[in-house]
Amino acid sequence: MTRGVMSNRLARGSYYTTMTALAILFLFPLVWAGWASVKPTPGSGQPVGYGLGNFVKLMHYGQGLPTYLFNSIVIATLTVTGTVVVSTLGGYAFARFRFPGRDLLFLAILAILMVPYPTLLIPLYVLLGWLDLQNSLVGLALVLMMFQLPFATFIMRNSFEAIPRELDEAAMVDGATSFQVLTHILLHGVRAGLVTVGLFAFLASWSDFVVPLILISSADRFPLPVAVVNMQQNVFGSIDYAVLEAGVVVLAVPCILLFLILQRGYVRGFMSGSLRG
Amino acid sequence: MVASNTSAPSTAPARARPRWAARRQQIGAAYAAPAAVIVGVFFLVPLVLVLWMSLHDWPLIGEPAFNLPANYAAIGRNPLFADAVAFTLKYTVIVTIVLFGSAFGLALGVQHHRRGVGLFRTAFFLPGAVGFATASLLFYGLLSRDLGPVNPILQALGILHRPVSWVGGSANLALGSSIGLVVWRFAGFNMLILLNGLQAIPDDLYEAARIDGAGRWQQFTAITLPLMRSTIALVLIVMITGSLLAFDQFYILTNGGPDNSTTSIVMVIVREAFTRFDLGSAAAVSVVVLAALIALNVLQLQILRRGDRHGDS
Repeated sequence: MTRGVMSNRLARGSYYTTMTALAILFLFPLVWAGWASVKPTPGSGQPVGYGLGNFVKLMHYGQGLPTYLFNSIVIATLTVTGTVVVSTLGGYAFARFRFPGRDLLFLAILAILMVPYPTLLIPLYVLLGWLDLQNSLVGLALVLMMFQLPFATFIMRNSFEAIPRELDEAAMVDGATSFQVLTHILLHGVRAGLVTVGLFAFLASWSDFVVPLILISSADRFPLPVAVVNMQQNVFGSIDYAVLEAGVVVLAVPCILLFLILQRGYVRGFMSGSLRG
Repeated sequence: MVASNTSAPSTAPARARPRWAARRQQIGAAYAAPAAVIVGVFFLVPLVLVLWMSLHDWPLIGEPAFNLPANYAAIGRNPLFADAVAFTLKYTVIVTIVLFGSAFGLALGVQHHRRGVGLFRTAFFLPGAVGFATASLLFYGLLSRDLGPVNPILQALGILHRPVSWVGGSANLALGSSIGLVVWRFAGFNMLILLNGLQAIPDDLYEAARIDGAGRWQQFTAITLPLMRSTIALVLIVMITGSLLAFDQFYILTNGGPDNSTTSIVMVIVREAFTRFDLGSAAAVSVVVLAALIALNVLQLQILRRGDRHGDS
């Protein structure tokens, strides 16, 4: 009896020791980046004492941090808004209407996941040139939106399908149009899906590096990730790692905060809902 | 576009309301129209265009000229491409094994509800909220000799005797650093997907196995693995595809080095296009990659289906 309790306690102790060590290992790089950006580093923007010197230096790097932040915010806003609107309308159409080409269109949207992104980026570079959208934040946001559509449309279709049809049928009998049904009745029921789609569109567009690297050519339109990578690669002589980590902090903090705020209700719901559905 | 084609025969079951049904079809098509336009213009058109471009000498600036099959023939003669294919395959095999093992291990660790498990899940997933380029930059500093804490920590523990250049020291160190970065960034995400599969297995199955005297390992091989089949397949397909298309970690962390030893296939495509200004050649490599991935996915799905049939019988 006592032996059983002992071994139980031992097993529980080793479980918590292992998991805590692993958790520290996973969190350590994030904590280190924050610490390295404010700690004293000789030759950096913060040579002595703790402070925000590296962030001040980052403010004045290249076109200036405000320019890059502005570009990133514009790209993220356009991508999130566009993805949410298009996938909501599309999800509503796929869940509630039958129309010619419906299944084909849904397959085409899912096929985006099957095609490697470099296969698309090279022709997109040429195509955006023809459309006068090369080197444009709007063109970039449209491309990022396209990459978000498979996931977003899938989630929104499932969200609408989870709402009983009787709800909209009753409203229709009362004379509501399909758009009123969507905005007044259904939108409330799919808000978990909306937040999930918006969150993932933000995380993807805020942090994307490859798409703007290829589609944006002038430095004053670079989003923050491209600007920080350029800072890393275009330095002659020694790289200022501390300022680099300050850039990492500016990039990472909004993502981590948003994720922590929204994860409890929504991300868990998405994980259990979408993958089983 | 696909969705605006309303002249096709109606599927309305009753004759009584054909006009209402046709109207309803038009409304549905209208709601789907924005998605259809995005998919048409930014996905289907580029898909055709990449094929068209691969048939041409297509400079970054200037007029394209038809040159089939020069772009495809040049791929075979490009030594960088052959090396990149070999490296990318090697990387894919190693990273898939390591990442899958880590993610499955973490998923088993956070499978049961007990005190603190939510915190562990969040800690493991949190790197996944940070962008991959951001994570690559973070590791570039973390592993650096100037600022990074890795060398001092390992030296203090007596594991290393002198500082190591993790990113540029040797081909193997650069590969190992990239794999460390990828596991850190993606293990938690894959853990969540695998966890989802684990939790879909009914508890009574384990209960019954325990009553029959099955040990932990027997339960794992006889219940967990077979019932996780489709989830494991999904995770593996995503991992393999993602690894074959690896770019950020090598472009940012190792810069393809040392001596091009970590140059991946996608890096070759980007170099052809924007360092050698040869879009036609980049398009041809893209088409080859697309064809290879489609073949691979078809193969994986077939193996999966055959396995399913085998499992049923």
